Amino acid sequence: MSPKTLYDKIWDAHVAHEAEDGTCLLYIDRHLVHEVTSPQAFEGLRMTNRKVRAPEKTIAVPDHNVPTTAGREDPSNMTEDSAIQVAALDKNAKDFGIHYYPVSDIRQGIVHIVGPEQGWTLPGMTVVCGDSHTATHGAFGALAHGIGTSEVEHVLATQTLIQKKSKNMKVEITGKLRPGVTAKDITLSVIGATGTAGGTGYVIEYCGEAIRDLSMEGRMTVCNMAIEGGARAGLIAPDEKTYEYCMGRPHAPKGAQWEAAMNWWKTLYSDDDAHWDKVITIKGEDIAPVVTWGTSPEDVLPITATVPAADDFEGGKVGAAQRSLDYMGLTPGMPLSEVEIDTVFIGSCTNGRIEDLRAAAAILKGKKKKDGLRAMVVPGSGLVRAQAEEEGLADIFKEAGFEWRLAGCSMCLAMNPDQLQPGERCAATSNRNFEGRQGRGGRTHLMSPAMAAAAAITGKLTDVRDLM
Amino acid sequence: MDKFTTLTGIAAPMPLINIDTDMIIPKQFLKTIKRSGLGVNLFDEMRYDDDGKEIPDFVLNQDAYREAEVLVAGDNFGCGSSREHAPWAIKDFGIRCVIAPSFADIFYNNCFKNGILPIALPQEQVDVLMKDAEKGANARMTIDLETQTVTTSDGESFSFEVDPFKKHCLLEGLDDIGLTMEKAGAIDTFEAHAAQARPWV
Repeated sequence: MSPKTLYDKIWDAHVAHEAEDGTCLLYIDRHLVHEVTSPQAFEGLRMTNRKVRAPEKTIAVPDHNVPTTAGREDPSNMTEDSAIQVAALDKNAKDFGIHYYPVSDIRQGIVHIVGPEQGWTLPGMTVVCGDSHTATHGAFGALAHGIGTSEVEHVLATQTLIQKKSKNMKVEITGKLRPGVTAKDITLSVIGATGTAGGTGYVIEYCGEAIRDLSMEGRMTVCNMAIEGGARAGLIAPDEKTYEYCMGRPHAPKGAQWEAAMNWWKTLYSDDDAHWDKVITIKGEDIAPVVTWGTSPEDVLPITATVPAADDFEGGKVGAAQRSLDYMGLTPGMPLSEVEIDTVFIGSCTNGRIEDLRAAAAILKGKKKKDGLRAMVVPGSGLVRAQAEEEGLADIFKEAGFEWRLAGCSMCLAMNPDQLQPGERCAATSNRNFEGRQGRGGRTHLMSPAMAAAAAITGKLTDVRDLM
Repeated sequence: MDKFTTLTGIAAPMPLINIDTDMIIPKQFLKTIKRSGLGVNLFDEMRYDDDGKEIPDFVLNQDAYREAEVLVAGDNFGCGSSREHAPWAIKDFGIRCVIAPSFADIFYNNCFKNGILPIALPQEQVDVLMKDAEKGANARMTIDLETQTVTTSDGESFSFEVDPFKKHCLLEGLDDIGLTMEKAGAIDTFEAHAAQARPWV
């Protein structure tokens, strides 16, 4: 047999039909659904009298537009539009018989945190969701990507997607990371190196010693932002850490089925002589703690750098960089570590897992946020929140002056009331620094949870290594 | 789905790279549970000031471009979230074709599901089309999907690539789901096979 990449293997195992022109029907093992991109899809099913083909493989949870403040089980404590979207998901889940975690359930949370936590996401699966950060699940060696609402309806009705195969790209991070450098710094540095369109048309497999050394939480952070690099999906081959994470989860296989699954999972790696259409190699030791300075996730620099000038770039990026500098209110030549912030947001599907909260709490322990700064932690799920409370992390955050919220997407996309005001500057552990992303006129700097915690203490973008 | 065959119309120039889906339709408009009515909020934060008044400099607020049916833009158009509200807003405004050097993957696919034709062309050709778009309402661009060509108001033509299956669906206005359901037999067979091979799924 010809050598294959991990992507090739998962793809081949899921082609239900292939047309002469190479257009395939790819079978979908898990379909995750949330309240914002699904109402129109369910409406479409009703209008055409169609059913959900595989309700047992379809999992819904409200996350994007839910409040993260106490009392939200009562819809009268939600804004009207949130209540309407959540009520629609409640009804659609019930009418179509799909798995559902309502806001009142401790297992509720960000869909990409709930899926792995409950064992829905397993190696070798195909996973889709009407959300671009579905790439997160690739950390398990699952082929996972975001889809639009028309495709949500297509998967609900047929359990397949019409797809053409992407190309294979390998991103290798060699060697060890230096102290203070995290999974977030890896994934941002890769986007900084390749650009936000560098992965367009590809599925990325991340590999190398620095990736192997990451926990499952860290691997999810890396794959989560594959989409910011333009890739259809990010993948990491499963290994002992993956199996250990999955074992015993509510929807993971048990007994003989676990053994059968393991037998297949152990074949899920890229063959030595597999063909790669593009290869990027970065030395782990060359990666520094980074922040973004502009309004594209590719605008990445080490925290020790200075704000660039528009003329430092070429082509269309010159105009874009000038627009970013104007929007961000930054002057070229200014050290990034002198940029003052108003807000700190720790959370999101990128960095809302227990390890992220541990990393931030380790920096904040016994310290206080700077006076006048607004800081919040929004755990990625009710279970992450409960665990953080049990480990004493919640107390550290509260004593440092952080708000301790309920689970949801919150200020990552700021659909709910958690928003920046015009001109406010935020140190955020989320994934997008687009204009207006966290609120109209709001300015976002992306970074790791430890870096965000450091910024909370000093009130400026800060090199976390100075506080370690 | 609406068919797309040929289109002759005004093209609006947006010479910006990385136009993301948050720019195209900011999140506050994702609160709808409908697909319609988003055109008025297309590019909302670039188009209106804090008081909701039009910003005169923005291209779609200029009289020449209020009826634009084509958008010519920079690299990596539609990057960001998977929100189909982005193509819904574009279509609702009246734009049926977007031309750029490259598109983000999910946005590109979403366009075809909504009767919008996204056309990727080399930078030099997009530069020519951008210049043509800058001429305003008197210059009309023609897009012919059947022959896969874009023609400027001066008669200069460029051919573009499009996936044959996507082209067929757009020309005929075909519903993907209906087409896939015709292959239900293949899906049944696959499911039965997968249930044996991977019973834990």
